[in-house]
Amino acid sequence: MEKLRYESPIINKVNAGMPDKFGMNVNTKPISYIDGVSVKDLLKDYGSPLFVLSEKTITETYNNSKRAFTSRYPKIQFAWSYKTNYLNAVCSLFHQLGSWAEVVSGFEYEKAIKNGIEGKHIIFNGPDKSKEDLIKASKNGSLIHIDHFDELYMLIEIADSIDETPKVAIRVNMDTGIFPQWDRFGFNYENGEAWNAINRIMISKKLNLVGLHCHIGTYMMSPSPYSVATKKLIDLALEIDHKYKHKIKYLDLGGGFASKNTLKGAYLPGTDTCPTFDDYADAITNVIINSQISPENLPTLILETGRALIDDAGYILGTVLANKRLASGRRATIIDIGVNMLFTSFWYEHEIFPAQQCSTQTEDTTIYGPLCMNIDVIRQAIQFPILQKGDNVVIKRIGAYNMTQWMQFITLRPKIILIDTESKAHIIRKNETNSVFENLEITPKYLKK
Amino acid sequence: MRLKKNIAISETGFIFNPSTGDSFTLNPIGIEILSFIENEKKYEEISDAILEKYDVDTITFEKNYYDFIQMLKNNHLLENE
Ligand SMILES: Cc1ncc(COP(=O)(O)O)c(C=O)c1O
Repeated sequence: MEKLRYESPIINKVNAGMPDKFGMNVNTKPISYIDGVSVKDLLKDYGSPLFVLSEKTITETYNNSKRAFTSRYPKIQFAWSYKTNYLNAVCSLFHQLGSWAEVVSGFEYEKAIKNGIEGKHIIFNGPDKSKEDLIKASKNGSLIHIDHFDELYMLIEIADSIDETPKVAIRVNMDTGIFPQWDRFGFNYENGEAWNAINRIMISKKLNLVGLHCHIGTYMMSPSPYSVATKKLIDLALEIDHKYKHKIKYLDLGGGFASKNTLKGAYLPGTDTCPTFDDYADAITNVIINSQISPENLPTLILETGRALIDDAGYILGTVLANKRLASGRRATIIDIGVNMLFTSFWYEHEIFPAQQCSTQTEDTTIYGPLCMNIDVIRQAIQFPILQKGDNVVIKRIGAYNMTQWMQFITLRPKIILIDTESKAHIIRKNETNSVFENLEITPKYLKK
Repeated sequence: MRLKKNIAISETGFIFNPSTGDSFTLNPIGIEILSFIENEKKYEEISDAILEKYDVDTITFEKNYYDFIQMLKNNHLLENE
């Protein structure tokens, strides 16, 4: 006689009148395939844990956002935010799709050049550009976004010494009605600093002011601050035109669109609350189109969207190491995915799914990573089916920032796989080994055994 | 190991503990095990019966069984021994 499918015995206390905040969101439906590739096979072939990126999802998301903007405005350019995910395969894919590069360090700038992007299609942001970086970027015709007066003066000096006219924009920070206001990057709009910087650039005649930039924040839950920001950049552009008869070629509204993840402490899931690309596109393009800028001089709209373009395409797969009862009787499941590789678990209530058929019965569970550290909590409280040691889990929507902000702490970083549009898996980053780190270290002779 | 006497168990897996006012739900295999316990079956007998009927190995069941017993204790459903 064939045996019946087993599930572990469960007893759950009924908390009448106290519905679970995430009660509607119980993930007992497994994710067993990603783009037609079996999760079990991936783990068998490449080890656990494992990062997986979906080319199909990246492409669809990009096309979706592009459509939202190009259907409303004639001149749109995306620039891939390298810090969000600077794996060369990912950057190359975005470049193939038509994105320029947005970088914030010499390291990222070099990566962009190696990825074959032309210098004039690199936007160089950030407060930390060395003299060498600025010389290189000036000679390559890259778009240098000036962050502070020290940089502005250094760049004027450089322009003089190398006899080039660097193409520049200034980063503007401003009050868009959000709190906290990001005022540490760029020049402030309200106190006149931005206008002051513009005047210095124009009067110096050493720099070519081609654009105006802002990045008002990240994970913006409402599109309306973008309308405010666009309006303020346009006001500056109109003043420049009025005073210097100089036309600004582009407005760069930065990144910041929310991905569909759920922020910690949010009452409703991100899938229900985040604006769509169409909402953001409406908020920005309406302001430009209805402004005093004449139709023949419409600036290009540049977007440095990061997380919203790649979060959905990333997964991390892992394995249950153990189950435990905490002193309170609460269930704890330990998996081999820690906060060292899932940095975003500090911000998000990540959605975790079993990778195999399992019981539809759930228990309130805490999910821990494998690190010997109290902070290593992937989910503090989730209604989760009881998995056994060796069972697999899939965490969704982790494509942004994890593969750059991860840290080599206690364990080594795993492989990253890209699944192409024909469901073929490619290793795009090898797993780290002890020797990678041994090679970097030097133990003084007198300390050696 | 014995269930407290005054505990009410329905056939659908609903448990009521009148002394604390708490109620609980069980999944089908939980009901089965609880009825074994009610009939004062020993662990070995319960394990044999479950392994015979379900697709599970000894160690997995043993871990899950003792975890389940711990939860019954935590919820004050067993007599103190
Ligand atoms: C200047 C700049 N542009 C773009 C981005 C990408 O932001 P997001 O991932 O929120 O879209 C960032 C992120 O920090 C940034 O600093």
